[in-house]
Amino acid sequence: MPQTIGEKILAAHAGKDRVHPDELIEVRVDFALGNDITAPLAIQAFRKAGATRVFDPARIALIPDHFVPNKDIPSAVQAKEVREFAQEQHLVHYYEVGRMGIEHALLPELGLVLPGDVVIGADSHTCTYGALGAFATGVGSTDLAAAMITGKVWFKVPHSVKFVYRGKPRPWVGGKDLILYTIGKIGVDGARYRAMEFTGEVIGSLPMADRFSMCNMAIEAGGKAGIIAPDALTEEYVRGRARREYRIVRADPDARYEAVYDWDISDLDPVVALPHSPANVRMVSELPDISIHQAVIGSCTNGRLEDLRLAARVLRGRKVAPGVRCIIIPATQRIYLDALNEGLLEVFIQAEAAVSTPTCGPCLGGYMGILAPGERCVATTNRNFVGRMGHPQSEVYLSNPAVAAASAVAGRIVHPDAL
Amino acid sequence: MKLKGYAWKFGDDVDTDAIIPARYLNTTDPEILAAHCMEDADPEFPAKVRKGDILVAGKNFGCGSSREHAPIAVKASGVGCVIAHSFARIFYRNAFNMGLLILECPEAAESIVTGDEIEVDPDRGVIVNHTQNKTYHAQPIPPFMQDLVRAGGLMPYVKEQAQKQSGA
Repeated sequence: MPQTIGEKILAAHAGKDRVHPDELIEVRVDFALGNDITAPLAIQAFRKAGATRVFDPARIALIPDHFVPNKDIPSAVQAKEVREFAQEQHLVHYYEVGRMGIEHALLPELGLVLPGDVVIGADSHTCTYGALGAFATGVGSTDLAAAMITGKVWFKVPHSVKFVYRGKPRPWVGGKDLILYTIGKIGVDGARYRAMEFTGEVIGSLPMADRFSMCNMAIEAGGKAGIIAPDALTEEYVRGRARREYRIVRADPDARYEAVYDWDISDLDPVVALPHSPANVRMVSELPDISIHQAVIGSCTNGRLEDLRLAARVLRGRKVAPGVRCIIIPATQRIYLDALNEGLLEVFIQAEAAVSTPTCGPCLGGYMGILAPGERCVATTNRNFVGRMGHPQSEVYLSNPAVAAASAVAGRIVHPDAL
Repeated sequence: MKLKGYAWKFGDDVDTDAIIPARYLNTTDPEILAAHCMEDADPEFPAKVRKGDILVAGKNFGCGSSREHAPIAVKASGVGCVIAHSFARIFYRNAFNMGLLILECPEAAESIVTGDEIEVDPDRGVIVNHTQNKTYHAQPIPPFMQDLVRAGGLMPYVKEQAQKQSGA
């Protein structure tokens, strides 16, 4: 029976020739991760289970990135708990402030997650790694603890849904716009429990950064995984980074999908998801006048070098509007350094934007840009739920980096060409 | 075992930021998390919810983050059971792993309103609404999940497996 990418990867890790949707299987995990918010609960569960040693200290990453550099005393205590566990277990992949980055940007950058892998992470945006042709999904802390002990996890094999993108994207339209458009079409539970496979000529021409953005937000449609078949670009990205063997897996041509969506996106303009749902999507050109108080460019969705280049293209020679705070957060130290060497940081500082060390900070309303009641922010992040970036009466508008940068300059949400 | 309590009704797509806002994730203390459970959706909920009450919601309950703090907060707030039209995937797993009883029942999710007196028989998947004199039948819990629940959640289950292995 022909199979999808997700089915093939899961079968290989379950020691089976094939798996079927809805089948319950136990699979071997290639890599598992947690952060400073989810790891403390996983460590508590690990101890409660009576475990003393992780299954493999080289296949677990603990990355403090959400509330670090420590935002307050309780966060410092949690970060310390994670650090001490990493030391006790001799974890190879613990990344301290100064070396760390936002987990979902850092792990692919370091070649720790690879094509054909099964990856679980105690963070919902673990699905990001599907951009490499891996089966990667978010789990809770207890599932992470079980995987840290046994190296295994149980899954129900998801049904697969295929998304085909055709046509020629307009200028300023990227992966973020495609995934917001998709969520807008199918809704925040449109792919609940499903593996989303993104294909078509448009995906083939997308840079890796945009592919990561797309798979990153599969969870925002309820997806268990977002997957893009590896191609020459994937192999180019992985080559030189990979620290172990990997396997290129592609879907069989006649694989069965529960549904297939086929869209020509040639007419799509940059989009924005309005409060308070990532599915509340409109084209920027159709929006009424929406003034903003803050712009955030960064996060596991859009904090990569390509994203910063887009922001710099818009901000070069311009100034952030009076009354607007523009906060730019490179996702990893490597990206930060590359942005420095390319002169992007100077562009940002000359534009009077604030540039921060890597952190998830404002995306989840942790710190580094919290909103007051009535404040509005355009952000390249992934969620705009009530209270997501601060006060429950604040608002978040999700966009691509160019729209966020242009809006910071205009003081209201605008198309980059409107400046 | 039967549960009896009063219903708290919420809508579709109740996300994990609504269940427990991220600003409180600098702790794992169930009591502190419970003190802020659902507060952005209904500021009165943490103070007024009583032990054994039933949380009822629409589609896709628990969408968003993987934070296990969400089922911990709901359980520690005293809620005996969550009934929804459907649950987001990660929340569904986390709830079982934490020993929070959840039932999928579109009919009950539609019909029940805040304040209804509800009785739940989780073994049979039967939900009785004493206020409206109605009975609903929930989706039965898959056998594999029942095994996990019987073991007391995922950790006791893993502990059993580990003990079997070391004893072998």
